[in-house]
Parts: sequence; C-alpha cells; structure tokens
Amino acid sequence: MSKEELKQYLEVTYPDLEVKETVNFPLLLVNKEDVIPVLTKLKDASETRFNFLFCETAVDRNPNFEVIYHLTSTYYHHDLEVKVILEDRENPVIDSVYGLWEAADLYEDEIYDMFGIRFKGHPNLRRIMLTDEWNGFPLRKDYQDDKIISL
Amino acid sequence: MENQPTTPSPTELRTEEFVVNIGPQHPATHGVLRIEATLDGETVKDILPHLGYIHRGIEKMTESMPYKQSIYLTSRMDYLSAHINNHACSLAIENALGIEVSARAKAIRIIMDELQRLTSHELWWGSCAMDIGAVTPFFLGFRDRERILEIFEANTGNRLTMNYIIPGGVMRDVLPSFVTDVKELLKKIKGYRHEYDQLITGNFIFQHRTQGVGYLSKEQAISLACSGPVARASGVSCDVRKHYPYDGYEKLDFNEVIDYGCDNWARYLVHMEEMNQSIHIIEQLLDNFPTGEYRTKIKGIIKLPEGEYYQRVETARGELGVYIVADGSNKPYRMKFRTPSFSNLGAVKPTTVGLKIADLMANMSTIDLVVPDIDR
Repeated sequence: MSKEELKQYLEVTYPDLEVKETVNFPLLLVNKEDVIPVLTKLKDASETRFNFLFCETAVDRNPNFEVIYHLTSTYYHHDLEVKVILEDRENPVIDSVYGLWEAADLYEDEIYDMFGIRFKGHPNLRRIMLTDEWNGFPLRKDYQDDKIISL
Repeated sequence: MENQPTTPSPTELRTEEFVVNIGPQHPATHGVLRIEATLDGETVKDILPHLGYIHRGIEKMTESMPYKQSIYLTSRMDYLSAHINNHACSLAIENALGIEVSARAKAIRIIMDELQRLTSHELWWGSCAMDIGAVTPFFLGFRDRERILEIFEANTGNRLTMNYIIPGGVMRDVLPSFVTDVKELLKKIKGYRHEYDQLITGNFIFQHRTQGVGYLSKEQAISLACSGPVARASGVSCDVRKHYPYDGYEKLDFNEVIDYGCDNWARYLVHMEEMNQSIHIIEQLLDNFPTGEYRTKIKGIIKLPEGEYYQRVETARGELGVYIVADGSNKPYRMKFRTPSFSNLGAVKPTTVGLKIADLMANMSTIDLVVPDIDR
C-alpha cells in the first residue's frame, strides 16, 4: 500500500486511534495499554503484515516520553510509524514487544540505558552501553553531568 | 526428592558449564566488543554480548551541535562506510529542506559510495579469511583496498574519515583525472578477482568451515531485523537501493544479490557478488560522467522545519537509518542512528549456539560487525 492508502486503511480499521502523518510515514498514535494488541494485529493482519521492526527508539519531550516503533513489511515494503506517549516521568513503564520481534531485545536494552524507560516482559533488561553504577539517563533532556564541558 | 545414583552411567555424564569472556581486546572481534560465552566443553551454550567499550555518545553530542557538524560525527560510526554515512545524513537534510542536487554531484556520490563498499568488502574478505585461519588473503585484501584509498586521498584529502559528502553536493570537485583513474583502478581490481576465487572461494578447507555452519533462517533474520548481506544471504529482499532508491540508483542497472543458503558460505557468496555489482554500477556512471556544478549553494546556517524525518541508505553492512526530530532551531532535538551492525549483532547468538567455539569466530566474521557502528 502507498502512504495515502495505508493512512486510509488505518483510519477505517482503527477508528478510535489517532492517525497522523510525518514527512515520510503514516503515524499511528497508540495508548500505552494497547501496545501489544495493536502491534500484534498490525503484524498479523493480511493487509499490513508489518513483520520487520527496523527501528525502535524514544524521544524525551519533557515532561513526556515518546516511544517510537518504525515498522516495515518484507511482503509489501510499506512503512509505518507507531508512537506511544508515556506521561509518568518518575517511573515510565511500557510492555515489551520482544514476543513479537526478537530485535526488540537489543533496542529496548538501549532505550532503558539511555532514557530509563522500563519494559515489562523483557527477558534481560540491562544497561547495555553504560556501567550499571551510572547515575541518570544521558539522553533525557534534564540529564546533568559535571563532566560535560562545552567548548 | 529421589535418591541420586552414586555413579552416573556414561550416558548421563555431564560436564560442568563454564563462562569464557572473549574480548574486549581480542583480534577476532575486530574492535572492542566483549562476548560472554557459556561453554560446555567446546560447545557454545549461550552468548551474551557486552557493548559500550567505544560508546562515545554520538546521539547525545548531535543534540548540542549544528546540523552541519553532526554529519562529521557519522564518519566515526561505521568507519568502513564513512562516505555512505555522510550520504545518509546529507540526504536527510536535503529532503527536509527540499534541496535539489546536481547530476554531477549525484554521480560523484554514488561512485564514492560504491568504491567505499568495495573497500569495505575487500577488508572484510581479508579479515574473514584470517579469522578462519588463512593469513595471505589479509595482505591481498589490503593491497587492493589501498588502491581505492589512494583515489579517496587524492580527491577528498582523507583516507578513512572523509567528510566529503555534505548537504547540497560534495565538498570539492573531483580531480580532472578522476574518470581515467577510476577506470584504471577497476581494470586492476577485475584483474585481481580471480586470485580471490583461487585462494579462498575454491578452497576445500574454507568451504568445509563455512558450508552448513552458522544457520540463520529467513524468519529469524526478519524477526531480528537483520539487514544487508546477512539478511540477503537468508533470502530476505531488503536492499535499500532497490526498494527505496536515492540519488539516481533507480536509473542504474544492477541486481540485488540474494542467496537462500542461510549459512556462512551464503553470506560469503553474497559479499563476493556484491563487489561485482558495485564495479558494474561504477562503470555505468563513468561512461557518461555528467558535467556541471558539484555543489548547490545552500544557506550557511541550516534550520530544519519542525517535524520528523527518516532517511535510509544501504551501507556495506546493511540499512542505516537517520531519524531526525527537528524543533525548528539549527540543532536537532533528537537524532537517532539506526545502525546495521547493532541489529545484526543479534544474529550472533542464534547462528552460534550449539556449535563449537571456533565457529563463533567464523560466524562473527561473516556477519561482519564493526564495533564503533554498534556502540556509536
């Protein structure tokens, strides 16, 4: 499906979800609780078959967090961006998609390391880049470190 | 609990599992990567990679740098695909601002990209053979790579981190002798290709070490989001140059190399054939090399309109994605690099578990990891 067709399909199939678009992809806004059911349906439905999670990342929109899934299909080669907004800054938690795509193992480790977002159901959530004793989460906008020197 | 027999029968004899740390300073990891391998005798039971030894926080640094400066950081991610990384970043900015690049700049960019892919695959060929136990190919790979680096040095001023491709075109025009130089080079490389096949491809020991070893099924490659030669050797069609063409790849004639063998041997063959395809692409561009401007003038300070931008290109290792969240200022709000090696790293465990430890080295070399690309 082309970008416009996919957008129309999503509007019809998910009437209670907000469908937008970015410059490159259609964008589906999903509630935190519905991540697994919606993504499972997107992966399995014969019209979409989003079986390839090529990018999973997060953005700190102080005070909210956005978790972003970029999906593509090896059958149809169409793309989709799925966005989840987490409002709890103190203790951000979201369901892990490791059960759907094994690639989420490393992606979610990295998001946890950099943003402190915890993934429920992840088999081995750990600080993958930094040491376990590291204070704070570097890609948060309010991250403070005495060692940062601006040139 | 039932009573245990005092002496187990030979079939029940179990050896104790132990953990071996491979790396971070190990020649076979090609960089500072630590692999925690759980072994039972020589058989690998589990693999856990530990990253971060060369983590420089590139994504954090980009948030405090103007867009133009962030491009130079990308050369340091996958240093064997520096041109292609710069290309990805430049394309993202050009598409966001709607800048049209001249035909000459596009041709130069693609020639440089494909030469870069050749250097990377030649280095890979040498080091892959060395990991499996052959030393001579390493020197031959470097010998041929050196010829291409000489072209880079003459035209861009640098050998490894070129920073040559910038938004709007390329940094400076190529030398007047560029076309003849590259033609000469391709002739030399094609003359060398039979040595590669005589030494390694047709080598009985090499074939035995790779055929049927390191099996990665198509479903698993998709689930792990593998890309590049690793995925294409498992039968996944994922060449960005074919599916999302950029800068004129759609006008060129080349094949997406796909193999259905799913093992180390298939990954080897895909790499080798990709080198032929790269040579073929460059030859088409050299025959009618466009004249004109090498750079479109753009504003000194780049400010991207508010929004999200995603640009992907095919590096030597797979799909590189640049995800930019812009807030309208001259610095990105967030910049994420979806690097191919980071996703491909996940393929090390499923290919290796159940094999001997020596096969871990063979698998890691055909998966072709570049550690700064993983850690960023």
